Amino acid sequence: MNEWTAQALRQVREDPEAVHRLFPRAERLGGPDARAALLALVDAGAVAALYRDGDAGERLAILRALPGLDLGPAALPLVEDALRTNDARLVAAALGPYGSRWLDDHAFRHGVLKCVFMSIPLASVDGLDRRFDAELARMLADHAAERRAAGREVPQDVLERL
Amino acid sequence: MRIFDPHIHMTSRTTDDYERMYAAGVRAVVEPAFWLGQPRTGVGSFLDYFDSLLGWEPYRAAQYGIRHHCALALNPKEANDPRCADVLTELPRYLLKDSVVAVGEVGYDSMTPEEERVFEAQLALAADADLPVLVHTPHRDKTAGTRRTLDVVRACGTRPERVLVDHLNELTVGMVAESGCWMGFSIYPDTKMDPDRMVAILKEYGTERMLVNSAADWGRSDPLKTRQVADAMLASGFTADDVDRVLWHNPIGFYGQSGRLDLGEVSAGAEYAGNTIRRG
Repeated sequence: MNEWTAQALRQVREDPEAVHRLFPRAERLGGPDARAALLALVDAGAVAALYRDGDAGERLAILRALPGLDLGPAALPLVEDALRTNDARLVAAALGPYGSRWLDDHAFRHGVLKCVFMSIPLASVDGLDRRFDAELARMLADHAAERRAAGREVPQDVLERL
Repeated sequence: MRIFDPHIHMTSRTTDDYERMYAAGVRAVVEPAFWLGQPRTGVGSFLDYFDSLLGWEPYRAAQYGIRHHCALALNPKEANDPRCADVLTELPRYLLKDSVVAVGEVGYDSMTPEEERVFEAQLALAADADLPVLVHTPHRDKTAGTRRTLDVVRACGTRPERVLVDHLNELTVGMVAESGCWMGFSIYPDTKMDPDRMVAILKEYGTERMLVNSAADWGRSDPLKTRQVADAMLASGFTADDVDRVLWHNPIGFYGQSGRLDLGEVSAGAEYAGNTIRRG
């Protein structure tokens, strides 16, 4: 941890509001772990506000930090927001351990199918074996049929699940 | 040849443009915030736009091997609209973001008192955020507007090397050269500057503090104008080093003052070998 991060953590412990001006700059000035360290000090409301006001890099850092934050399902709306984006980094991060733990079956299945559309490897979806069900299998089979009808290849990681 | 377009509105362009720009040598761009061709009705519309400039647009650019940074501001035209005034209270938190390398476009459109107030307020925000400033000069009454711009910059105590005065021409370049500010030229198919006139200005004033941009947007414009200037420079006897200075090092020299330019390998998308914008 560098000096900037150490000082930022002290400031947030004294005044949690300080996180809002420190978090956007934390990776640039504090290094790759600084954002996660700051998030560990604030409550679910602050995490949601940081996500809402964040750029793509900040949102990615939040999504990746969620599994370690002990927020229960409170951060689920952030994951749902990320799944509505068209940014493969955010979509992949949304289907990490936190999304896999808390998304309902419908949202999880659509997240997986979205990965297929965006060429995100299914291997990066956390807990796919555990959450795989007949309905998701049907959705992937229908997708494969649509690809074949169009004369397109079916991705290998989809074929393996059929 | 590598090109850094220091002023281009990519949200108004298609992925075909990104492909053609990459093929022409463009590897980095700065997209300043401006108006939409249609007046916005409120602050929320600006915030969504700023979020696009910080999220979707850099992601889209990265798919085509181009680094995207932005400059954020309340533009001169909408500085006159009271519905948009509160953008100024939202700006400070946006100016902290990693890919924001300047405040801009600021300056004058119709030379109103409101424009001046907003211009001065944003020079102060830039100083607080330790960012350089991209200043638009007006289409109408350009010479008077440029002179007034330089007076305001001087009066606000902004150091000239932190200011890029844009959309210059033969009549306005001299006073900006004297001021110590950086000089920007927008090369357009019909209006503003063309490549041959640009070369003539470079011959007269040299290549120091000179930036050339396409300012391509939703109007008649061409994102490859930077490359055309480079070719015209070479054809008229400038060296490859001169071209590299004007079209690569000078934009880095100006925006690099932010401390936030990141021209490392473009990574987003490469991760998923995506050569197109995926539709999920």
